[in-house]
Amino acid sequence: MSDAVFIPRFRRASDDSPLMRLVLIAVALGGLALLVVMPLVVVIGQALAQGWGAAIASLASHDAWSAIRLTLLITAIAVPLNAAFGIAAAWFITKFDFRGKAFLITLIDLPFSVSPVVAGLCIVLLFGANSTLGGILIAHGHPVVFAVPGIVLATVFVTFPFVARELIPVMIEQGRAEEEAALTLGASGWRVFASVTLPNIRWALLYGTLLCTARAMGEFGTVAVVSGKIRGQTATMPITIEMLYNEYLSVAAFSMAGLLTCLALITLTLKTGLELRHADALAATRRH
Amino acid sequence: MHIQIDQIAKTFGTTSALHPVSLSIPQGALVALLGPSGSGKTTLLRIIGGLEYPTAGRVLFDGQDATNMSVQDRRAGFVFQSYALFRHMTVFDNIAYGLRARPRASRPAPAQIAQQVTRLLDLIQLPDIGSRFPTQLSGGQRQRVALARALAIQPRMLLLDEPFGALDAKVRKELRQGLRDIHDETGLTSIFVTHDQDEAMELADMVVVMSMGRIEQIGTPAQIRQTPATSFVRDFTAA
Ligand SMILES: Nc1ncnc2c1ncn2[C@@H]1O[C@H](COP(=O)(O)OP(=O)(O)O)[C@@H](O)[C@H]1O
Ligand SMILES: [Mg+2]
Repeated sequence: MSDAVFIPRFRRASDDSPLMRLVLIAVALGGLALLVVMPLVVVIGQALAQGWGAAIASLASHDAWSAIRLTLLITAIAVPLNAAFGIAAAWFITKFDFRGKAFLITLIDLPFSVSPVVAGLCIVLLFGANSTLGGILIAHGHPVVFAVPGIVLATVFVTFPFVARELIPVMIEQGRAEEEAALTLGASGWRVFASVTLPNIRWALLYGTLLCTARAMGEFGTVAVVSGKIRGQTATMPITIEMLYNEYLSVAAFSMAGLLTCLALITLTLKTGLELRHADALAATRRH
Repeated sequence: MHIQIDQIAKTFGTTSALHPVSLSIPQGALVALLGPSGSGKTTLLRIIGGLEYPTAGRVLFDGQDATNMSVQDRRAGFVFQSYALFRHMTVFDNIAYGLRARPRASRPAPAQIAQQVTRLLDLIQLPDIGSRFPTQLSGGQRQRVALARALAIQPRMLLLDEPFGALDAKVRKELRQGLRDIHDETGLTSIFVTHDQDEAMELADMVVVMSMGRIEQIGTPAQIRQTPATSFVRDFTAA
């Protein structure tokens, strides 16, 4: 910082040459355009190929409505569950010393490394009609596979790491001192959590939760295996998009894809908006 | 409060942080735990405050066994090494925290809490910083706020871990006197950790010299200087 103030005329030895900088910026922007903006334009373009009317009409069909409602329902169940699991796991890992900690951290990452199809098959094996557990559940009228509980289970599994992974580094960096201070001041364990731990992790929690939300809405692979893809019943938005596309109904497919993208963008906008509004508090919780 | 440490030992896994140590601290004393880094000072302080349980031995407060008393019930005013102020709260809310955390029956009314906080801000001679956040304070100010926060719960003792560690020499000198004044005013039994022998000798009534998890000598600053009990004490205080 300071050398930039006192000797502004000289380039620092660590600076790249102007040409190099230009190339890097061009590559970054080009990549962004190719990987992010282009697909977005294509999706919206295809959806509106036959005008707004056709796009909206395709979304108003019974099956489309069912898919939208189902995806929102699954997200509304899976995200709070994983926020709670994530907080519990991160808290447990960072506030206690115990053997096998590294193993537990690896375990949290498991959903990222296991193929979604394999995860889906595991759920089918565990809860399917041919398993003991599945048999009992079906006999009592609570089928898991090819039903909503299975999709929830699959989504929870796949999106489990998001919240925990955001929280763990933040909680490690912040240490235990503030919690200990609160304890010495007479606060109960629960009060310490609510008044010290939670406020200190709220931004990481929000970020993790929003990522989790975006992913939960978009999850395809595991859900494809466990849902049975029953139109109007267990077909989520991503599943419906695939089915429509395979039937060459490209306006309907891309309209729903556009809607799914919009939901994800709303999530991101929300995050950015909150970050801008609370920039001060954000800085205060990040650094002492 | 009269604090007794009776054959306290502490091990972390295979490392032994405290070999059995015993110590009696009379009511109202200002005691320094003095020793090089890693000698077990913080561990001993945390055991007295209830943040760590000893592997063996007893802690007694006014003759009563307090070894298994919870950290909340001990009511020890603890000042942490890096102060551990709540970063998302204003100075006012930091100091009020302990009062608001009391059970509903004994919790003061908001007006009383405000009055108490104002009084404490005056005591640490920073009357105008109530609405600031910890990040907006200097190191010396943070330390005093941490002290005020600890005093707010009307503690039964004051425990300070390297309270001047992170400060520059000039501020150190000022705050040393500040701690002495507050100690004399409140009459609280106070224990502070330091690795700076000048600080210990100048401030404390009683100095406990520690090394490698053992107590080498207990005495007044004059006794430690004039008749060091071991060669370690002689070398350490000569340095
Ligand atoms: N939580 C802990 N886990 C493992 N070892 C610890 C822990 N706390 C302290 N120790 C060890 O105990 C010894 C004494 O530490 P400490 O009481 O912090 O010393 P001091 O405060 O005198 O520098 C050191 O060897 C330290 O590494
Ligand atoms: Mg220490």
